[in-house]
Amino acid sequence: MAQMTMIQAITDAMRNELKNDEKVLVYGEDVGNNGGVFRATDGLQKEFGEERVFDTPLAESAIGGLAHGLSLTGYRSVMELQFFGFVFEAFDSIAGQMARLHYRSGGVYNAPVTIRSPFGGGVKTPEMHADSLEGLMAQTPGLKVVIPSNPYDAKGLLISAIRDNDPVVFLEHMKLYRSFRDEVPEEEYTIPLGKADVKREGTDVSIITYGAMVQASLKAAEQLEKDGISAEVIDLRTVSPLDIEAIIESVEKTNHAVVVQEAQKQAGIAANVVAEINDRAILSLEAPVGRVTAADTIFPFAAAEDTWLPNDKDIAAKVKETLNF
Amino acid sequence: MKKTKELQKVEDQFEMFQILDEKGKVVNKDAMPELSDEELKEMMTRMVYTRIWDQRAISLNRQGRLGFYAPVAGQEASMIGSQFALDEKDWILPGYRDIPQIYYHGLPLHQAFLWSRGHFKGGQVPEGVRIMLPQIIIGAQITQTAGVAMGLQKDGEKQIAITYTGDGGASQGDFYEGMNFAGAYNLPAVFIVQNNRFAISVPVEKQSAAKTIAQKAVAAGIHGEQVDGMDILAVYAATQKARERGVEGEGPTLLEFLTYRYGPHTMAGDDPTRYRTSEEDDEWEKKDPLVRFRKFLEDKKLWSEDEEEKIVEQAKEDIKAAIKEADGTAKQKVTDLIDITFSDEEPTNLQEQREYYEKKESK
Ligand SMILES: Cc1ncc(C[n+]2csc(CCOP(=O)(O)OP(=O)(O)O)c2C)c(N)n1
Ligand SMILES: [Mg+2]
Repeated sequence: MAQMTMIQAITDAMRNELKNDEKVLVYGEDVGNNGGVFRATDGLQKEFGEERVFDTPLAESAIGGLAHGLSLTGYRSVMELQFFGFVFEAFDSIAGQMARLHYRSGGVYNAPVTIRSPFGGGVKTPEMHADSLEGLMAQTPGLKVVIPSNPYDAKGLLISAIRDNDPVVFLEHMKLYRSFRDEVPEEEYTIPLGKADVKREGTDVSIITYGAMVQASLKAAEQLEKDGISAEVIDLRTVSPLDIEAIIESVEKTNHAVVVQEAQKQAGIAANVVAEINDRAILSLEAPVGRVTAADTIFPFAAAEDTWLPNDKDIAAKVKETLNF
Repeated sequence: MKKTKELQKVEDQFEMFQILDEKGKVVNKDAMPELSDEELKEMMTRMVYTRIWDQRAISLNRQGRLGFYAPVAGQEASMIGSQFALDEKDWILPGYRDIPQIYYHGLPLHQAFLWSRGHFKGGQVPEGVRIMLPQIIIGAQITQTAGVAMGLQKDGEKQIAITYTGDGGASQGDFYEGMNFAGAYNLPAVFIVQNNRFAISVPVEKQSAAKTIAQKAVAAGIHGEQVDGMDILAVYAATQKARERGVEGEGPTLLEFLTYRYGPHTMAGDDPTRYRTSEEDDEWEKKDPLVRFRKFLEDKKLWSEDEEEKIVEQAKEDIKAAIKEADGTAKQKVTDLIDITFSDEEPTNLQEQREYYEKKESK
């Protein structure tokens, strides 16, 4: 096994699928010769040629349209949006078109497209680069939305996403790209979409989260341990569809839940998780479900990022509040 | 691709307009714009100032004192010459690289720095300064320009709206849409494409099958021209004419400036050696806008080393002062962001969150 950063694991997953299926194509702005602005596609053009791994002109809506069209002719696209804040340019292609292709054709056509894109706070990018927009995507039936929290999961989930026969939005938190390494097998493996992972077992409270907030939640759980609180941490991994079974099982065990997301509070994934818990396990709860989120402002200008973003202390405080209800 | 004769005929019409050649010699006397000696010197002053600013900004960025920065060296003639042709009451809708233009249009230097650092005060455009903030979403400014130009037209103002994008930006649907709207409504708008040959790593040849970007005006039914973007006199003259056409109700114009960025795309980890050769860099440095215009002014006995040295010192001092002012600006709080989310009454969710962040920020 090799030690890999998340970005290396992502490259490895694409390499695996380019080898595995000649219908797989990888493209986007700067992904060819340059290997992507984060080097996610580093070396892939050299290895597989310009026919399979290529630069596009600068136009996100056409990148999306291209993927849609290639689907009709039997190709399986891994398209990159250079930063997810630019998804608005491709919104019709993704939410208006690809997500509806199977439905609209009565099941005849499908769009096996993976939309890969970096996002996430804490790296002080200019505006429109870091926003957590997964809630917008999750509201679109016909799309799956995946957000890995570590290198191992990133590889297994990305391979599954590429093999999935419907469009999958695969969001890569920039802060996780190179912040730590994991053991990642060089051979292929898949992690099913729609399945959460229990990152840490506990008995007093369930912290339900995803993306970069998994690290923050694990850190919070360590602090809570010192105060005699046993926290379970659940990494959703796929935020649409949700792994409701895993959530409910955990909540029924701990009787307390705190949902954590980096995104703003309004609407969004956490609200959806809370609603599912209320629908299915409200009688198991000993306190209202807590939520840790960012504020309902636009994603902050870089100089205010650090306070705007939720952190381990915010999470630990909310857990205590929930337990002391 | 095999291009038909008909197509070639259209494409071949777009020849580069130049006044000063690489050696600083006037090659197109008839096109020489009317500029006083003082004005000529002011244009040089601004190019020198901008080059120093660029160097300082790069080093401040490396020290972690600036934040986001997209280098401009190489593009001074395009930026300074086109802005110099504007009236103070014209509107500018810039891209992320076009900071010199909005500075000379009235945005104070320390605010430009605050914008780079990601501080909301950088975006508080002073009253009367007619600029939009530097656009991050490539192409968005181009359709907005049609809106600004329509507003000016409705108000009967004899002003134009000018916008900037790059060779990559010219591939966006918004680019065509903005020009098409401007044409359809006969708006006083000028669309500038600074073709610096690369969109991050992607060479302009890969953006389009079109031989020039200027020819894209034809499809929108508006006037288009290709200009030597390293020649400040050509840039000035072309922009001034385009402005006049707009003001006189003769319609919008697309100008393609052929230029080059010497530095990396931005200071956030771009490595130009992955996609450009040093021969190409050298070839373009021979066309340098400052070298050529300095030569021209020296031949007219309008420029000296001493004068230039004074400008360099002035620029350094101004930048130091502006950084000091930016440093002295109150730290940005999340509660500030809550304040500016809506212009009207604050909804209850934000009121509640204000209390939360007041506590978090007092720790
Ligand atoms: C809609 C959108 N897509 C992608 C990007 C990322 N991006 C920033 S600059 C750039 C290249 C732009 O090239 P060009 O238009 O030639 O302008 P230049 O940077 O060369 O001045 C890209 C792809 C963006 N900011 N906005
Ligand atoms: Mg360019």
